[in-house]
Amino acid sequence: MTGATTEDPKQQEDPRAAKRRARAQAYAEAAGAGWKVWLAKIVMLGIIDAASVYAIFVLAASGEWLVGAIVALVTIAVNYIYLRPGLLPAKYLTPGLIFLFVFQIFVVLYTVYIAFTNYGSGHNSDKEDAVNALLLQSQTRVEESAAYPTTIVENFGSFFLLVTDPDTGEALIGGEEQPLEPVADAEFDGSKAVAAPGYTSLDFSGIIANQGAIADLSVPLTDDPNDGYLKTTDGSTSYVFISNMEWDPVADTMTNKTTGVVYRDIGTGAFTADDGTEILPGWVVTVGFDNFARAFTNQDIRGPFIAVTLWTFAFAILSVATTFILGLFLAIVFNDPRMRSKKYYRIIMILPYAFPSFLSALVWAGMFNQDFGYINQVLLGGADIAWLQDPWLAKFSILVVNLWLGYPYMFLVATGALQSIPEDIQEAGKVDGAGVWQVFRLIKFPLLLVSLAPLLISSFAFNFNNFNLIYMLTGGGPRFPDAPINIGQTDIMISMVYKTAFVGSMRDYGLASAFSIIIFIIVAAVSYIGFRQTKVLEDLN
Amino acid sequence: MSFEDPITPGSRPAPHGISDTVTRAEGASTEEVVTPSASAGERGAKEPRRPFGKYFRETGWRHLIGIVMLVFAGFPLVYILSASLNPGGSLLTANGFFQVISFQSYIDLFGDPFRPFGAWLGNTIFIGLATAIGTVFLGALAAYAFSRMRFLGRRSGLLTLLLVQMFPQILALVAIFLLMSAISDIFPALGLNSQIGLIMVYLGGALGVNTYLMYGFFNTVPASIDEAAKIDGAGHARIFFTIILRLVAPILAVVGLLSFIATTNDFMIASVILVEPDKQTLAVGLYQFVSEEQSKNWSLFSAGAVLAAILPMALFLSIQRYIAGGLTAGSVK
Repeated sequence: MTGATTEDPKQQEDPRAAKRRARAQAYAEAAGAGWKVWLAKIVMLGIIDAASVYAIFVLAASGEWLVGAIVALVTIAVNYIYLRPGLLPAKYLTPGLIFLFVFQIFVVLYTVYIAFTNYGSGHNSDKEDAVNALLLQSQTRVEESAAYPTTIVENFGSFFLLVTDPDTGEALIGGEEQPLEPVADAEFDGSKAVAAPGYTSLDFSGIIANQGAIADLSVPLTDDPNDGYLKTTDGSTSYVFISNMEWDPVADTMTNKTTGVVYRDIGTGAFTADDGTEILPGWVVTVGFDNFARAFTNQDIRGPFIAVTLWTFAFAILSVATTFILGLFLAIVFNDPRMRSKKYYRIIMILPYAFPSFLSALVWAGMFNQDFGYINQVLLGGADIAWLQDPWLAKFSILVVNLWLGYPYMFLVATGALQSIPEDIQEAGKVDGAGVWQVFRLIKFPLLLVSLAPLLISSFAFNFNNFNLIYMLTGGGPRFPDAPINIGQTDIMISMVYKTAFVGSMRDYGLASAFSIIIFIIVAAVSYIGFRQTKVLEDLN
Repeated sequence: MSFEDPITPGSRPAPHGISDTVTRAEGASTEEVVTPSASAGERGAKEPRRPFGKYFRETGWRHLIGIVMLVFAGFPLVYILSASLNPGGSLLTANGFFQVISFQSYIDLFGDPFRPFGAWLGNTIFIGLATAIGTVFLGALAAYAFSRMRFLGRRSGLLTLLLVQMFPQILALVAIFLLMSAISDIFPALGLNSQIGLIMVYLGGALGVNTYLMYGFFNTVPASIDEAAKIDGAGHARIFFTIILRLVAPILAVVGLLSFIATTNDFMIASVILVEPDKQTLAVGLYQFVSEEQSKNWSLFSAGAVLAAILPMALFLSIQRYIAGGLTAGSVK
C-alpha cells in the first residue's frame, strides 16, 4: 500500500530511498492534521477500546475463547491502522469493511454451515443441553419426599433457591444448572434460612411478579442430574423431583424408567429407540447433504419446491417485462416537446414509486378482498371473485399490483435514456426513407436496451427476492395441501425461506438455509450471464 | 430540503460518472430539456393554434393516456386517504368515497396501548435515520479511498462491491437471526430485540451499490482541487470533511434517501429481530395489525398508512430530480 499519492513513485529511485520518502510523506501528512482531528481520533479509539476490552472480558467469562481472540485481534488492528501514520486507504475503508465482514460475508458463510446441519425446532443447541432438557421434561415429584423450607433470592437478575435441609438444618443455595452448595453465614429466622450474603431476598410481591421464572427454576441436588432436582410451586417450600428418564453418560443412553425402553445416540442428533422413535429435544449435528436431498427428492417437498421455483422465475420475468413495456410506452408518449402540463402527469405517475411498498401491498390486499373489497363490491357490482384465493387469479393479482409498483421506475429510467438519444437519428432515418416506427424498432430500441440492460438485470434480481409484495398481498397462499412445510401457490423462493424458518411451530433452519443457498446459486448464475452479456465489468478502470 | 443543482466542478469529463446522467435526468423530470434541438416548441414559444384534428393526432391522445394513468396511479392512494377519514370504518364502508370526513381515526391510533403506533413511528424514523446517516458516512469514506487513492486490491475491491450487492442480506436471514440470538446470550443490548443491533445489521449493507454510486460521483470532482488544498497545507482528513463532502452533497442526499426508504420498507429482518411491540417498526406493526383483523379496523389501518407514507413520500418528491439520475448512474455507459 502506498500513501495518498496519485502519481507513481519515480522509477529510477532505489527501493530503500523510495520507502524512506514514502514514510516521510506519511509523517508529514499525519503532522498536517489539526489537533481537532487528533482529539476526535483519540476519543473514538478510546471508546472502541473500552468497549472491546469489556466485550473480551465477557466473552472470556462465558468461555467463548475463539470469538474473544478475534475481537482482540480486530481491536489491535484498528488501533494500529489509526495510530500509525500512513496506511491511508485502510483508514478510510476499515469502518465499512468491519460491518461488511460480520453482517454480509460471515453470515453467508454461516448460512452454508447451517444448511448442512439439522438446526431447527427440536434441534437448537448442544447435546448437554438436550440431556438436561429431557431430564427436566419428564420430572415427577418423589412420593413422600421431604419438604425443604425455601426463600427465593436473586443475584444479577437470576433467581436462586435458598433452602434449609430438613434433616441437618443447614442452609444450602443453588440455581439453574448450579447444584446445591452450603452457605457459610446465612441469616436464620427460627430454623429457616431467610437471607444469604451477596443475594437479595424476594418478598411476597417480588415472588408474584416473577412467578413464571420461579416456577421454571429446577435446582440440581448434586452434580449428577440423575439424583433429581428441587422445584418450588409457591416460593416457600421446595420438593425433590426426579426424572422419569435415566441418563447413562458412560453408555451414552437414555432409559425410560417406566417403560424400560432404551434410547441411544445413533448420530442423528436425537436419542433414538431401536424401533426408530426419537425423543425430542435433540441437538445440532451436521447431516451432510440431507437438506438438499430433501428439497429435490422428498416426494411431498419436491413438487411444491419445483412449482415455487418456476413461479419465482415467471414472476420475476413477467414483472420486469410488464413494468418495462408500460414504462417505456409512457416515456415515449410523454416525450413530446409540444405537450403541456407534462410535469403534473409525471408527479402523479411516480407516486406509486414513492409510496412505501409494504403499505401498497396491504392496501391492494384490502381492495382485492373477496367479500368486502372495493374491486368486487363497487367496480364489479357485488361480484364474488376470489382474487387472492384462487391460484391463477392470485398470480394475476400479484402481477397487476407489481405493475402498479414498478412502472414508475421504468418510466423514469426510460425517459432518461430516451433523451440521451440524439434527435438527428430520427432525421437521418427519415432521409433514408424509414418511418417513425422503423426508426424506433431498428435504431432507438436497441440503443435503449444497451443502456438499460444492467437496470433490467438488477430489476430482475430485485423482483426475484421481492418478499414484501408476496408476503403482504397473498401471504404465499393458497397453500399446497399435502406439503409438510407451510408453502403455497404464490410463494416465491425468498418467502418460502422465511416461512420455513420463522412461521408456524415447526421451524427448520437447516432446510431454509439450503433453500437460501439454492437461491444464491440461481441469482449468481443469472447475474453472471446477464452482466457478461452487457460487459459492464470492462468499464472498471 | 433544497439542493443546488449538482454542478460538475471542473472540466474533467467523467468516464462513467453520473454527472451526465444527472443532467439528463433533470431534463427527464423537469420541463427543461437539455438538448437544444429538443427544445423547439418549448413552453413560452408562441405557436399558432393547430386545428383540433391535427392537435389530437399529435398531442391530444397523449392527454387521454395521461388521464387513464392518473386514475390507475392515484386511485389506491385516494382510496386509502378516504378510508382513513371514515372513523370506525371497515373495508365495506371504505368503499363509499369521502362520505364522512373526520380525523377521529388518527386520534384513536395514538390511544391504543396494545398497538403503540406512536412508538412504531418513532422507532421507524430513528432506525431509518441512523441507518441512512451511517450508510452515507461509511460509504463516503470508502468511496473517497477508491476514488483518490491507488492501493493493492483496489480494482478487485470495486469488483467485490459490485458482486456483493447481488446477494441481498435477506438471503442470509436465518444466519443473521442465529448470530443475533448468540449475541443476545452474551450482550443482550446488541442482540435480538435491540434496535441498535438491527441498525448494525443494516450497516452490513452500507458498502455496496451505494459506494459504487458515490465512487462514480467522486470521480467527477477533479483531483486538482485536492492538490491545491494539499499545497495550502490541508491534511487528507480536512480535505475530505471540508471540501469533498460539500462538493458531493447531492449524491450523499440521494444515497441517504434511498437507504432511508429501503430501511423503512424492510419487513423481513425487522420482524425477525424486533420481538416486543414497543420496539417494532411500522412495517412489522402495521402488517400484524392488518393480518389479525383486516376487514374490521380498516379505517385505523388506513390512518396509520397515511401517516406512515407522508414522510417517505415528501422526501422522495423533494429530491426526485436527483433520484432519476441516481437510478441510471453507473449503468449508462
